[in-house]
Amino acid sequence: MTHAMTTLTLRVNGEDHTVAFPAHHTLLEVLRERCGLTGTKHGCELGECGTCTVLVDGRAVLSCLMLAVETEDRSIETVEGLMDGNRLHPLQAAFADLGAAQCGYCTPGVLMTSKALLEADGDPSEAEIREALSGNLCRCTGYHKIVQAVLWAAARLRGEDSAPSAEVFYGSPPPGQEASSSSSSEAHDDD
Amino acid sequence: MLRLPRFEFRVAGSASEAVAILAGEGPGTRLVAGGTDLWPNMKRRHQSARTVVSLMSIPELQGIVGNGGGEGELRIGATTCLADVAASATVRERYPALARAVDAISSPPLRNMGTLGGNLCLDTRCTYYNQTEEWRRSIDYCMKEAGSVCWVAPSSPRCWAHSASDSAPMLAALGGRVKLVSAAGERVLPVAELFANDGIDYLEKAADELLTEVLLPPESDSRHSKSSFWKLRRRGSIDFAVLSVAAWVRTDAAGVVEEARIYLGAVASAPLAATSAAAALLGEPLGEESIAEAARRARKAATPMDNTDFQVQWRGRMVELYTAAALREIAGLDPGVRAPRHLTVLSS
Amino acid sequence: MTEPRAALNLIGKPFRRVDGRAKVTGQTRFADDLTFPRMCFMRLHRSTVPHARIVEIHLEKAEKMPGVLGFLTGEDLPVSFGILPMSRDEHGLAVGKVRYVGDPVVAVAALTEEQAEAAARAVEIEYEPLATISSVEEALANPEPRIHEHGSGGNLHRKKSMIFGDLEQGFEEADVIFEDTLFYGGNTHLAMEQHASVAVPEDDERVTLYSSTQIPHYVHRALARVLELPASRVRVVACPNGGGFGGKSDIMNHEIVTAKMALVLGRPVKISLTREEVFYCHRGRHPMLMHLRTGFGKDGSLKAQHLKTALDGGAYSSYGVASTLYAGALQTATYELPRYRFDTLRAFTNKPPCGPKRGHGTPQPRFGYEVHLDKAAHALGIDPADLRLRNLAPAGLITANWLQLSSVGLGRCIEAVVEGSGWRRRYGKLPHGRGLGLACGAYICGVGLPLYRGEMPHSGVQLKLDRSGGVAVFCGQAEIGQGSDSVLAAIVAEVLGIELADIRLVVADTDLTPVEFGSYASRVTVMMGNAAYDGAQRARELIATAVAERFEVDSERLVFAESRVFDAEDPEKGLSFAAAVAIAETRFGTLGTTGSYRPPTPPGRFQGSGVGPSPTYSYSAAVIEVEVDPATGLFDVEHVWIAHDIGRCINPALVVGQVEGSVYMGLGEVMMEEQAFRRLPPRLSGALVHKTPSLLEYKSPTFRDVPPVTTYLIEEPDPAGPFGAKEVGQGPLLPIPPAAANAVFDAVGVRVDQVPIHPHMILRALEDKARGKEGRFGPAAFPDVDFPRNLIVPTPAEGGDGTALNDPRSQKQAGRQAAKEKPSAASAPV
Repeated sequence: MTHAMTTLTLRVNGEDHTVAFPAHHTLLEVLRERCGLTGTKHGCELGECGTCTVLVDGRAVLSCLMLAVETEDRSIETVEGLMDGNRLHPLQAAFADLGAAQCGYCTPGVLMTSKALLEADGDPSEAEIREALSGNLCRCTGYHKIVQAVLWAAARLRGEDSAPSAEVFYGSPPPGQEASSSSSSEAHDDD
Repeated sequence: MLRLPRFEFRVAGSASEAVAILAGEGPGTRLVAGGTDLWPNMKRRHQSARTVVSLMSIPELQGIVGNGGGEGELRIGATTCLADVAASATVRERYPALARAVDAISSPPLRNMGTLGGNLCLDTRCTYYNQTEEWRRSIDYCMKEAGSVCWVAPSSPRCWAHSASDSAPMLAALGGRVKLVSAAGERVLPVAELFANDGIDYLEKAADELLTEVLLPPESDSRHSKSSFWKLRRRGSIDFAVLSVAAWVRTDAAGVVEEARIYLGAVASAPLAATSAAAALLGEPLGEESIAEAARRARKAATPMDNTDFQVQWRGRMVELYTAAALREIAGLDPGVRAPRHLTVLSS
Repeated sequence: MTEPRAALNLIGKPFRRVDGRAKVTGQTRFADDLTFPRMCFMRLHRSTVPHARIVEIHLEKAEKMPGVLGFLTGEDLPVSFGILPMSRDEHGLAVGKVRYVGDPVVAVAALTEEQAEAAARAVEIEYEPLATISSVEEALANPEPRIHEHGSGGNLHRKKSMIFGDLEQGFEEADVIFEDTLFYGGNTHLAMEQHASVAVPEDDERVTLYSSTQIPHYVHRALARVLELPASRVRVVACPNGGGFGGKSDIMNHEIVTAKMALVLGRPVKISLTREEVFYCHRGRHPMLMHLRTGFGKDGSLKAQHLKTALDGGAYSSYGVASTLYAGALQTATYELPRYRFDTLRAFTNKPPCGPKRGHGTPQPRFGYEVHLDKAAHALGIDPADLRLRNLAPAGLITANWLQLSSVGLGRCIEAVVEGSGWRRRYGKLPHGRGLGLACGAYICGVGLPLYRGEMPHSGVQLKLDRSGGVAVFCGQAEIGQGSDSVLAAIVAEVLGIELADIRLVVADTDLTPVEFGSYASRVTVMMGNAAYDGAQRARELIATAVAERFEVDSERLVFAESRVFDAEDPEKGLSFAAAVAIAETRFGTLGTTGSYRPPTPPGRFQGSGVGPSPTYSYSAAVIEVEVDPATGLFDVEHVWIAHDIGRCINPALVVGQVEGSVYMGLGEVMMEEQAFRRLPPRLSGALVHKTPSLLEYKSPTFRDVPPVTTYLIEEPDPAGPFGAKEVGQGPLLPIPPAAANAVFDAVGVRVDQVPIHPHMILRALEDKARGKEGRFGPAAFPDVDFPRNLIVPTPAEGGDGTALNDPRSQKQAGRQAAKEKPSAASAPV
């Protein structure tokens, strides 16, 4: 059974990719295997984990459940497009500095979902961050550092320089015991 | 990586084009909107299609249309995505329990893709069925696809896959209707009549019919007409319901219940009309006793099967508690059970 | 090796992990991200029956499928492998019979993955079904048909009994004896990355395997064995792992088969497993039934314990011999237990093989012990925190089962969580439905013995330095997300006084990097870290020698800091690190050093004493607050306070992250995670299948399911660790499940003696209690098993010497070890 390939131009991170692929291929497959953009990962390919999340027209969607042909003439954003030149996006910098990326496998999807959230709401509460990211599974972090990183990035995007509290970097001082860690957190430079 | 099988992909530009393709291509043709149900099912090879017709480029199927913020019928296009339904100020104000139900569907990125029409037509689910081709081969398949036995109830002549839609019981309780269009014409059907209690033939919609819109009744939630939705699932996100309770109650000026509807999700192959339970509420003010009686009747009506998460007997007991919780919430009473994390606060 | 914090530049302060930027930009290349020219794709046809003889394999249909390049079957890979040399019972592809649904039988390569998948599906296999075993109880009742021909007879893989000291005497000294039977359900790692491997044939008879593995060294050895190639012709590169948790710390069938296929086809071959296949690889938490019998004094002092454990091992040995022993080995590390008996068995069942998941074999008996202690405290009228504090194992103790403890920060951990949670004023006093629970744990920081015999280093690091001022560090360790690379770089940077940015890492490549056993057993920080420290110290000595000569000062006076080398008494007198290296290069020629680490010889010298010893142990204590809805039995964890004895933080931000991640995984296990199986009605079907091999139905907590966590890091530098550091990747998981179970009891007064705790269990226990019965849900009894008294070891307190009275092997071993007693292998500059 032969089926004609579809050839079309996808606009990914503001750049045109003209690619040929069978019509039944998902955006996930085309991004990774035709565009060479392997930053987008996959964990189930069934819409159950959020790992493959990308933005299409600014909305967080699962690239494993969207045919690439459906994204023609739409704006696609992936983790590879987050940096501004050689400068990390505040979300990226916060994730790197806090250890919100441990193994880093769910990270691209979490970053893209977070970007969509912050574009819709520049000052989300912790509960709103948890809700927005509740479709993205992570097995390393327990999610705490991710929430802190999104809060930090949101603050920086608002122009506020408010680093997370020392607890986020050092844990809480053991009560009733001599402080054994230095108590001030160091603000980390962008990059 | 799990991948889709090959198929011919067609994009319909209008509802009439879509039904024309359906009529012309015949069996082996499937409609797709958000793809969040069909694509996983096709990747696992328990649904198949020669031709798939996308409905996402049909402008008339998208959007929410009502006459302003007041009364009147509200029309929601079938391919309006779930996130937009839940975020709609009109929906939140007039039908807050529907907003809650839709907000409780799966996860945020899925609600950005999945549509209201798609959620209504959601394939019935079962842990013996929603598995890969290889897994199903190892149980010699099941009645719903390629096999002969329903492993949930092996001596049963029917399939017991359960309805897992959250919007369906809620829309049924609200008295919503759907419009179905085919090459032969169109018809409008109460949501409650869209479903059949059979795991395989769970939709009354004919294969050549297209669900184009959902019509919500002119009556909004108000002092005399209130609705609620309670969903039970393991986690705060992603999971399908293992039980949902949708309730709608109208009282007269004195607070006496005139009309009530209760629909249960995930405990039958269709949204289950708990009519006897609803009847227990009639003719008196919504209070502790009538609610307790309605909840007991709801539990009797439900037939949860061992084909999803949680122990099945426990799920049966939860039918009573969650039915009571939904009704007690409407009555302004303490729900009696702890509200799950994923339930949004009802605004009215 | 401990130094005052003030003297440290980098260690102990939070820094961006060295691979952080790559991970947030999409640059990190996981195994499935790799492509090579002419690369083709492989899929495995896996068994669809749980236990059967293979009658015939039909490839006729599959051979005609488009794009197909080749097939492999069990015949092509006749040599067996296994992570432990005493139980090599696995083959790349099934030979003769299959043992679980998911056992790989045929490999297919094709031009595209879709073609390979279609061809794999077209393979047909005729089976002759065999009766199946699905539990320990069934294995005990049905010795035939045997799943394997090896083991302790019938369908038992292992059966062992170890008695440390005069147990009868211990129980005689007790005022009161408590007994409990508990069960811990199986669960799996569920790393977000599905395993992937790419094999590339190089020159004649050489092959490189890129893989998502935690253990490139052991995969290397297994490949050489199975492919029947000299190890020097096989190269294994561990890509950064998208999560491991132990799930990638075994040699996987697909790794072996991919390499073979590449050699047969002469082109690169990739395999990327589906999520379902990952559930079949498993090697996760053993379902474990436990019985504890413990004697206490009236004051709560521990007198003796008899622990029995029964492990459901799945279809292959994997780490099973070790898992079986870990199911009892660390019971003695937290509280001083004078006498101890440990009986254990592991059964083969027709399910995916169990193995090491975070905490390897120890979270189950730890759950048992900590719940058991909670009940004892309640019965004795002693506060559960006090009961533990009274029995604390002292630092430096040699335990009844011959573990050499080093520092013990457990007391401070307990005090921190007791204080932080308001335990003293709140425990036992919260309203019905609300409760607090406390539990502790201990974990190894590396292992005392290698998985195969030999006296070679367990960890090796090589440094290359030159006049650029840059330092290249070569190490065989695999980064699995825990921060292995950052620990390696930080230790070298600290010793040499340079910045992280001046360090280049080459890791986890068996051609290029010195042998490192891998990322398991929480061995990275202590074992690799000590090797890195050793290698960096040697480099520092070389540079210091040359600079001291040039400046005519005593090399002891030289300070390495801020990318300079200078005189401590005259800081102006100094030069940049790059200039210092240039002087050393001038003095000694091309510069390179190595560092090695071999753990101290453990004091135990009986058969089985290899499991448990560690250079030191980490400690954790947790208090968990829960809210139980007595109407539904549903419970929410409201808050977790956890303290972890880390020795010293290398990078506190990453340490906190490991604690939080461990807490999360422990909560997942107690709240919902379950590797469950389903048998169809036997009259209709012989099926025995994984119930929920998907990310949707295998429940792991989401962003909305985790409570706030307060983390206390207890720093008490340990002489065994680099800069005093201990492990943190696994230990903090241990107290979580029992603390939650104990909190449920405090909340509603009933016990659920098993994990996970489902709401119907709480509800049933509440109803039973209301009816005047025992408010408990859990297993009824431990099966009646005849454990032979096959090992009796006097304790240190009884004057033992670490050998068993009745272990013939121990005499031989004693002689051998005495002859070889020597310090860690030293290495010279190369």
